[in-house]
Amino acid sequence: MTATLAAAGPGLWARIGASVLQVAAVAVGGPLLLGLMAKVRARTEGRVGPPITQGLFDLRKLVRKEAIRAEHTSAVAAMAPLVLVASAAVAAAVTPLVTTRPAVTGGADVFVVVYLLLMGSVALALGGLDAGTAFGGMGSSRAMTIGAISEPALLVGILALAVQAHTSNLPGIVTASLAHPGWLASPQRLLALAALVVVVIAETGRIPIDNPSTHLELTMIHEAMILEQAGPDLALVTMGEAMRLGLLLGLVANLFFPWGVDGSGGGLAVLIGLVVLGAKATALAALIALVEVSTAKLRLFRVPELLAGGFVLAVVAVTTGLVTR
Amino acid sequence: MSTTAYLIGLGAPCAAALLGAVLPGRRRLLGAALLSALGCLAALVGAGEVLVSGHPFVLHTAAVLPLTGVDLSLDPLGALFVATTAVVGLAASCYSVGYGSHATPSRTTTAMLPAFLATLLLVPAAASVATFLVAWELMALTSLLALLSEHRRRPETRDAAQWYAAMTHIGAAAILLGLVLLATHAGSQSFAAIAAHHRRLSTPLTSVVFVLTLLGFASKAGAVPLHVWLPRAHPEAPSPVSALMSGAMVNLGIYGILRVGEDLLGGGELWWWLLVATLGVASAFFGALHAAASTDAKRLLAYSTVDNVGLVLIGVGAAGALAVGGERVLAGLVLLAALFHLVNHALFKGGLFLGAGALQHATGTRDLDRLGGLARKMPATAVFFGIGALSISAVPGLNGFASEWLLLEGLLHGFASHSAVTEAALLAGVAALAITGGLTATAFVKALGVGFLGQPRTEGARAAREVGPSMLAGMAILAVGCVVLGVVPGVMLPVLDRAASAGLAGGAPHALRPGLGLDLASLRGAIQPGLLVVGLLAALVVAWGALRLAPRSAELRLPRRAEAWGCGRELQTARMEITATSFAEPLQRVFADVLRPDHDLEVTHAAESRYFPEAISFHQRVDDAIERVVYRPVITAVAWWGRLARRVPNGSVHRYLAFGFAALVLVLVVLA
Repeated sequence: MTATLAAAGPGLWARIGASVLQVAAVAVGGPLLLGLMAKVRARTEGRVGPPITQGLFDLRKLVRKEAIRAEHTSAVAAMAPLVLVASAAVAAAVTPLVTTRPAVTGGADVFVVVYLLLMGSVALALGGLDAGTAFGGMGSSRAMTIGAISEPALLVGILALAVQAHTSNLPGIVTASLAHPGWLASPQRLLALAALVVVVIAETGRIPIDNPSTHLELTMIHEAMILEQAGPDLALVTMGEAMRLGLLLGLVANLFFPWGVDGSGGGLAVLIGLVVLGAKATALAALIALVEVSTAKLRLFRVPELLAGGFVLAVVAVTTGLVTR
Repeated sequence: MSTTAYLIGLGAPCAAALLGAVLPGRRRLLGAALLSALGCLAALVGAGEVLVSGHPFVLHTAAVLPLTGVDLSLDPLGALFVATTAVVGLAASCYSVGYGSHATPSRTTTAMLPAFLATLLLVPAAASVATFLVAWELMALTSLLALLSEHRRRPETRDAAQWYAAMTHIGAAAILLGLVLLATHAGSQSFAAIAAHHRRLSTPLTSVVFVLTLLGFASKAGAVPLHVWLPRAHPEAPSPVSALMSGAMVNLGIYGILRVGEDLLGGGELWWWLLVATLGVASAFFGALHAAASTDAKRLLAYSTVDNVGLVLIGVGAAGALAVGGERVLAGLVLLAALFHLVNHALFKGGLFLGAGALQHATGTRDLDRLGGLARKMPATAVFFGIGALSISAVPGLNGFASEWLLLEGLLHGFASHSAVTEAALLAGVAALAITGGLTATAFVKALGVGFLGQPRTEGARAAREVGPSMLAGMAILAVGCVVLGVVPGVMLPVLDRAASAGLAGGAPHALRPGLGLDLASLRGAIQPGLLVVGLLAALVVAWGALRLAPRSAELRLPRRAEAWGCGRELQTARMEITATSFAEPLQRVFADVLRPDHDLEVTHAAESRYFPEAISFHQRVDDAIERVVYRPVITAVAWWGRLARRVPNGSVHRYLAFGFAALVLVLVVLA
């Protein structure tokens, strides 16, 4: 399967080009999605809100600022934002977002994406501990705790899809879903979707799990962890987080609604894939923003219950898949 | 050739032990380390040749052991364990030179490390019941003595040694019983003969043998609930010994399960392997959780060993169950993944224990709450420890990721087996793998972040200095191994394939396509960690370059250092930093039902008003709940029994004569 995928179709350079396009799409699309979510929130609350492109402007502003690092930091503080962005970029390159034929078809494994995301989280958490402040450490501790509980739901939720498609190869799962449209309404898919939505909210730090716009000591999670980042470092962290959001939304969109993903590798098809991806991600982001407006943030120690619920859903999804096979 | 090299590998550490016991002063340290390192290299060559050629060697000598003689044979399965031990032993031997430089250790201490190493190299080559039991017991004794090395300095060591001695001997007794039972009924004590005739044995008998030996091997491997000695013994042993215990000795428990269950008993029943997998699931979860809650660096590593042994047991159990179901390709794949994880665990955990030893050497403590800021004082140690910590957290590009991925794939494809019970076990295995992944990452972010980053929390940490070159060399060997097997895991495939095939009754077909990455061929699924690393490096360079090219004036380019944000306070002290205890607090609260932490809060009020506390003291301990619930009552009962029995011999000669007479009468009655 992987061999045929790699052998047939577009050449190596075309596939590398497609991967670079995906990374670019996530890099630009991520901040735009954040802007869109802010806009949707503002409009539902009766405000005008910042323009959708505000995220990109902020990045430009931050990059031009002076680089400041806290005293006592080591090379980890400098490396953490870079590793976060790099891991998100590689994950975007191997995920079938626009096309099912990214640069390394054989290595485009769903567990690889999961562990690349974990790599970014570990880098950020270590960066949070590096300055030796109370806030940074607290944020790292909370972020790792939530990550530790959301990871099982993510892995098992994905397993439900992989068992159905008999492979964990991402392009393999997407092509198999396209070939069997009936799968998409199967109970195991729907349960897995519910589990993964919980995980996406946790991994991207949205309400009801974390509030990205708070700077209150008692409630911050992600913001506490990156409190010491400033200027270009902060730009990288913001960028990395936006890319992860874009990647996760794109991944969920293509795993559960695979239509429109290019399978041929032709130029026009890739363009269509890009537009469809944008539409799907926009719809998902708007949905999350609406949920955010209408719910309150959970207490920190209620979050594990929600995530454990996601894990149980994922396990039920796998079991349902095995029983109904 | 392979026989000679292996025998040199056995002989050199023995000679090293002699040298260590004889030579004076610092010379014994150097001499013993040099000879054991040499022995490890020779053993590596010998085992490597068996692994590459696939031809086992057989050796019998009537000397050494009276009545039975010694039978040695090294097949690819045993050779994999010998090779792993040899690599960890090489690193530990290098490291021991610098580790003993503070105060030259005693003769016994110097002699015990190579002696322990020799027995570790011997066990996988034992080819008869008698040889195996003697080698196993020698391993238990030498490791016990090695563990006791520092008992003069730390009284806790004695307590740890008692636990270890009790657990290891109960285990050894179970193995002895099982193997003797097996040898009696099989009519021969040679492993080859038993393996050839296992079909003649009845199922109840083989089941009893398997359960008895499993009891012993699981206690050596540190599987829950037989793990209680591990978090005590590993921290208290000198670090080279901890590295060998965690990187080599626990592996032999896995080896024993495979040797007896698959090789001698030919695969047996489905429930055997489900039992093994259940032990694995329990160990993985319990170990990972305690590792995430521990604040003592070496205790954390010890619990993480329980976790990783659990993952390997899940693999071994799943492989056995799939093999019983006739799924040979899948069984081979899962066993290969389990063995790969075992090798990787030896590399990163060995390195981490050596790193923790370096921390202790430099600061005098291994309590993470008293460390901090060591990355600047000990940069090389920090890098090596960091590589180990990231490997064990399964970061792509390092070896832990490669084997965890392979294990996940093996379990995933096992779902095609169409056996409901096996599938339930596989699902439990994947769930355990998923839960431990996040917990392990948390545990090691804590170890790395609290131990090495931030500001030093005590004077000891402030005064730390980088350890000597020999200790760094020891850590470097294992760290390089982690990186190489992480970037090009495919290089291990031919070797692992042979070992997995030898470890499964009836052999296993090749499941993976040869190459630098891991490719499951017909099963669909592949990763190319080398390409991932190239991609990551390229993305790093691009991101870094993009920042450099951003339009900024020249004086803004170099990062400026500024005070960290302290809510407007000017002064940041290390007391404001998060500690390992607080880092673990949220997780501990989430899993309070399993961990059952003990809190102790004492508030002393000011004499003038009870609204003003004068002093607050807070103590927290996270004890092993299994130890408290399962072992304490047993220990209390044994102690009670002991007190009761002590009343019987009260010093009266009349009473003793009466006992003697009663015994004589009893014997006569029985004989008549």
